[in-house]
Amino acid sequence: MEWNYKNEDKLLTITLKEEIDHHTVEKIRRKIDNEIQRYMPKKVVFDFNYVNFMDSAGIGLLIGRYKITNMLRRNFRNKEYNYKCKKNIGDVRCAKNYTNSKREDCGKSRRK
Amino acid sequence: MSNICENEMKLEFTSKSNNEAFARITVAAFASQLDPTIEELADIKTAVSEAVTNCIIHAYEGKEGIIKILCQVFAGSIQIEISDTGKGIEDIETAKQPLYTSKPNLERSGMGFTIMESFMDEMKVESIVGLGTKVTMKKIIKKE
Ligand SMILES: Nc1ncnc2c1ncn2[C@@H]1O[C@H](COP(=O)(O)OP(=O)(O)O)[C@@H](O)[C@H]1O
Ligand SMILES: [Mg+2]
Repeated sequence: MEWNYKNEDKLLTITLKEEIDHHTVEKIRRKIDNEIQRYMPKKVVFDFNYVNFMDSAGIGLLIGRYKITNMLRRNFRNKEYNYKCKKNIGDVRCAKNYTNSKREDCGKSRRK
Repeated sequence: MSNICENEMKLEFTSKSNNEAFARITVAAFASQLDPTIEELADIKTAVSEAVTNCIIHAYEGKEGIIKILCQVFAGSIQIEISDTGKGIEDIETAKQPLYTSKPNLERSGMGFTIMESFMDEMKVESIVGLGTKVTMKKIIKKE
């Protein structure tokens, strides 16, 4: 798996290169969620061009990431990001990353 | 299409998730004697991966068990039987519904049986609660 983050567009592109099944998906999922939490992208693009095998574990992976990015975006709009993110993703670090990369927005949400 | 079995292969392995790739690659290698297209092979690999994964997560629920595969080649088709002696399925019709999963917390999509059914030409599920499950699938490999 490789990723590329374009700050101007807040676009995270994830290029998957391994076979995706129930065995491999665990590791892939962890890596993707790490990157999503690190960059807090507005948009995530998955590139499946180099994947030569995928079963329904890949569908579960995509639906799961879709839910997470949706949740983050909704929380972003609601400005309840820090609280919800900690609760739902269970990762305190993500609030910190958020502060670093998007100081302004985060300041607003924290003032609320 | 003839129903005389021309070639047969049996596989038995432990319900470890790294065997998912082993199982689908082995079955695909055996199926290649029928000269399938790349697409037909991919269908077989995906269906086998689904059935084997189900044995690991649902039948044995992460505990160790044995998964058996029987492959039979007929003129123009391959039949694949994948069985476990795990917990069994109570309601097969519900289990086969697209999107149905008994383990939504594991990010299962509930598309396993749907994929097996649509990627293969025939699929039959037999199960007895407490004894195990057998999925039999058939793929017709057209000869040009
Ligand atoms: N070998 C099996 N042993 C016991 N239960 C099974 C087995 N295969 C499938 N099931 C049941 O059928 C349901 C649907 O399976 P499937 O379509 O592959 O979706 P998923 O694996 O995503 O849950 C499973 O959630 C499970 O309850
Ligand atoms: Mg399944």
